[in-house]
Amino acid sequence: MQIEFTHKQSAHCENGVVSNLMRHNGFEVSEPMVFGIGSGLLFCYIPFLKVNHAPVVTYRAMPGLIFNKFAKRVGIKIKREKFSNPTSAQERLDENLAKNNPVGLQVGVYNLLYFPDEYRFHFNAHNLVVYGKVNDIYLISDPVMEKVTNLTEKQLEKVRFAKGAFAPKGHIYYPTSFPEKLELKSAIKKGIKETCRQMTAPVPIVGYKGIKTIAKLIRKWPKKKGAKVANHYLGQIVRMQEEIGTGGGGFRYIYAAFLQEASQILENEKLNELSKEMTKIGDDWRDFAVNASRIYKNRSPENDAYNKVADQLDDIANSEAAFFKKLKKAI
Amino acid sequence: MKKEEVPQDKGLLNSAQTKELTYAVDENGEYTTELSSGWDPKTIALNNAIQDIEERVAAAKERVKNNQTSPIEYYMELHKMDLPILSSYVGLWQWRVKRHFKPKVFQKLNQTTLQKYADIFDISIEDLKHIP
Repeated sequence: MQIEFTHKQSAHCENGVVSNLMRHNGFEVSEPMVFGIGSGLLFCYIPFLKVNHAPVVTYRAMPGLIFNKFAKRVGIKIKREKFSNPTSAQERLDENLAKNNPVGLQVGVYNLLYFPDEYRFHFNAHNLVVYGKVNDIYLISDPVMEKVTNLTEKQLEKVRFAKGAFAPKGHIYYPTSFPEKLELKSAIKKGIKETCRQMTAPVPIVGYKGIKTIAKLIRKWPKKKGAKVANHYLGQIVRMQEEIGTGGGGFRYIYAAFLQEASQILENEKLNELSKEMTKIGDDWRDFAVNASRIYKNRSPENDAYNKVADQLDDIANSEAAFFKKLKKAI
Repeated sequence: MKKEEVPQDKGLLNSAQTKELTYAVDENGEYTTELSSGWDPKTIALNNAIQDIEERVAAAKERVKNNQTSPIEYYMELHKMDLPILSSYVGLWQWRVKRHFKPKVFQKLNQTTLQKYADIFDISIEDLKHIP
């Protein structure tokens, strides 16, 4: 069985799955719109969690939250299920496919064989859509891939039951009921308000303050941890920013695209101006990545180089603090 | 970022014959999307992480040879895992997995436990006992 499903590539997996599932159900909602309404943009440093032996910073909301918030704000309902038993997880998936219902799955990346080896880490919050099954081969629309792919029953079971942080436990999800018309205007405002609140939160590990905290840590790492570990940590920050889920720079551009679209829907020219400002902040994040990568490429860092990229992050934190205060006033 | 500035460096995705989608601004200031084949800072960061893993694997191999640890630790590193991840796959407390790193304890592990580890690493018990 194969469901008529249009695969559209996206920059980020969760937004992409939601946008593609919405289109399948007759609602054209762009990836940036999903991201903005779902308050996907974030900065958070998680001091007690280590991945690949380095501290974790995230540039996006927790897996699943974007879809939940999006759904609540535009008035659709979603069904989510998790399983302890792989057999019942597969039965439920097959049932849905038989009912012509493509579903979103949360999976682990390590055993996704269509990814290049270098990209396969133990990261369990990837999202994709299954839209059919031919014999024992599942048809997969992975939103970060250009084309559709497939996995065998066994391979899919492995990624659905990956273990570790954010273990997916066979998680499947799909929208179940829709309003006649999506309530975009109020949803956009709610989404923006929450992002502003998070990014300016008076908490030292969240939002612009979180960025400042990381900047402070970067200054200390070379002395405290030695060159090798400091380089590894800095590299991980860049990877989380730019590669694991299209982080900092990429997310800032998606958010800027969202603000531009929102400015038309709300007929608010101010949002279009702020979109340009966010694009500039995205560029700053990329400059940071360029300079940081230079440090650990040479492998013999000077303290000064660390201070320089930390200064850059401080500047970004200040720009974002000012930005989100303006954005809050604009709506 | 302007559309024409979307980086087209040689990246690791080439082997999978796919490109990444990025958002960028066109000549009229409108947001659009563009495919990117890769970006050097990203590739450097990723290569850095891979090199780190390779060093860990080599170090673990050395320790197995010197009888300082069991092959379980070597295979754990080889599969890019750390202690919390391996312990959740095998379904044992972290301290127990760590104990299995001790060569003396490893020698005495029963077949069931060895099979569990072998399954996780997708190898035979024989391979689990002898590293390449």
